Amino acid sequence: MASESLTNRKPKGTGIVTRLKKLAFGMKGNDGLLYKLFIYGLLIGIGFVYLFPLLYMISYSLKSLDDILNPLVNWIPTQLYLDNYQSAYAVLKFLPTLLESLYVTAIPAIVQTAVCAVVGYGFARFAFPFKRTMFVLVLATFIIPPQVTVIPRYVFFNEIGILGSIQAFLFPALLGQGINSAIFILIFYQFFKMMPKALEEAAQLDGAGYLRIFLTLALPMAAPAIIISFLFSFVWYWNETYLAAIYFGNSLTTLPLELQKFVATYQQMYPQSGGEASEINEGINMAGTVMTILPMLVVYAITQRWFVEGVDRSGIAGE
Amino acid sequence: MKQLSMRSKNSLTGLLFISPWILGFLLFTAYPLFYSFYLSFQKVRITTEGIQTTFVKFDNFKDAFTVDALFTQKLLTFVQELVLSVPIIIVFSLIIAILLNQPIRFRNFFRMIFFLPVIIASGPVINELISQGVTSIPSIKDYAIFETMLSADSLFSSVLLYLMDNLIIILWFSGVQFLIFLAALQKIDTQVYEAAKIDGASNWECFWKVTLPSIFPMIVVNTVYTIVTFSIFSLNPVIEHIQTNMFQINTGFGYASALSWIYFLLIAVALGISVALLTVRGRKNYA
Repeated sequence: MASESLTNRKPKGTGIVTRLKKLAFGMKGNDGLLYKLFIYGLLIGIGFVYLFPLLYMISYSLKSLDDILNPLVNWIPTQLYLDNYQSAYAVLKFLPTLLESLYVTAIPAIVQTAVCAVVGYGFARFAFPFKRTMFVLVLATFIIPPQVTVIPRYVFFNEIGILGSIQAFLFPALLGQGINSAIFILIFYQFFKMMPKALEEAAQLDGAGYLRIFLTLALPMAAPAIIISFLFSFVWYWNETYLAAIYFGNSLTTLPLELQKFVATYQQMYPQSGGEASEINEGINMAGTVMTILPMLVVYAITQRWFVEGVDRSGIAGE
Repeated sequence: MKQLSMRSKNSLTGLLFISPWILGFLLFTAYPLFYSFYLSFQKVRITTEGIQTTFVKFDNFKDAFTVDALFTQKLLTFVQELVLSVPIIIVFSLIIAILLNQPIRFRNFFRMIFFLPVIIASGPVINELISQGVTSIPSIKDYAIFETMLSADSLFSSVLLYLMDNLIIILWFSGVQFLIFLAALQKIDTQVYEAAKIDGASNWECFWKVTLPSIFPMIVVNTVYTIVTFSIFSLNPVIEHIQTNMFQINTGFGYASALSWIYFLLIAVALGISVALLTVRGRKNYA
């Protein structure tokens, strides 16, 4: 702003100093070169801090023991060392674990998305008694920490014999009580609210029933919400280790759960009888971590557009 | 008559649509809530015939604060971390959102980076990173000024130490919040800014008088979201403590239920206080 008033005072300000000033500070206070430099510098700096743990992980996972011990080697390993990944692959039992993780993550995510769409539609398009109260209760379920309900659920699941199976995730999801279900119901609610009433009435005149309207009219229009909900529930189920550890016990496992007991498994596989090769080191640890997050990174690389635009369009920020 | 039947048909269909949720709420939320509340007053023993409970009145709650020295300590740590982290997360995500709301290149790229942690941040991964010591800002501790500040043994230095050790994790918690802020910022009408500029407002004034009031509801939403995600994160000391007590013979489900109820109440109070503070302040400033 200072530069603006300055140029206003000297209308014939074509001198080199004024032009430099204009270049540096800009016309409107936020388009100058210095300002741009400042913004980009800040963003890149914060971005680096953000990615620092990831870069560190990748760098360390590629270091041999010599490189780790060598104080001269900082970021770039002297050689491309892949043995860490080999060990981590074996310790994590990567491929079977990956398939199991996908199984216990994707199926509940699909179910949760489908059910939340139905429930969200019900809240958005129909009037019924106690609707407001129930909607408040939906949102209230979000703030109840899972620790409060986990013990009764555990006892309950034990009684009906579904502990250690995917049903322990599936049943709550099927009835709209999965991980963060409240958020997904809210997302679908916002989406279906935006659907024009006239469209529904036209379909009704043509003789379509409620279910048919929902399936053929509403759902296709809510495609973005479906994608967002599926992706978010996929990620949240994947990263959920507290409930997974309690419900699944030893019969089902996921990559994060395997990472949790990484060191123990490693020591079991390679007993410390002798030789430095059996010693676990940071490199192997980091390779295991990289492999655990790798599937999510791949998913994110493909779908990041939906994640990012999802929050925009889902209307969470609209109210 | 026809009208009425149409309406009742409509409301019945609506109830049918949300019936999975009603059933689920009763089965997986309401009943567990009452049952865990009931268990929190019991001594629970698992026998071969099933669960046996004996009524112990408030013993579980009393034990939590008197016998169990770890619990109160962990609760206090949690409160401290919450009080420190939540404002940082909110302010930081707001700053990032404002920075990215400028007309800059690679905006999508930066958005992608700042959202990335939400995708990968699971308990075991974070745990691994913390144990490697990469969650603190690189080499910040090497500065002499910090060393002198840290050597003093005071509340301030312990706060500073916590922040420096965990800053990246704290920042990593701001992915969703920052996107919500960004979406809200993009909905502000640019004409408002132009009008303010014509009236002679500086960028600084614009921020306080235009930007902040219009995204104020989102600050409340984000605060609630942050407190909840922060409290249910599996690395949280209190949660670990509850989990270990669940499967311990001398404590068991009853005691763990009592602990989780104390924890729940604490979170509810934290939510209540922060929302009340925000809205009271908000009314005063912006109404």
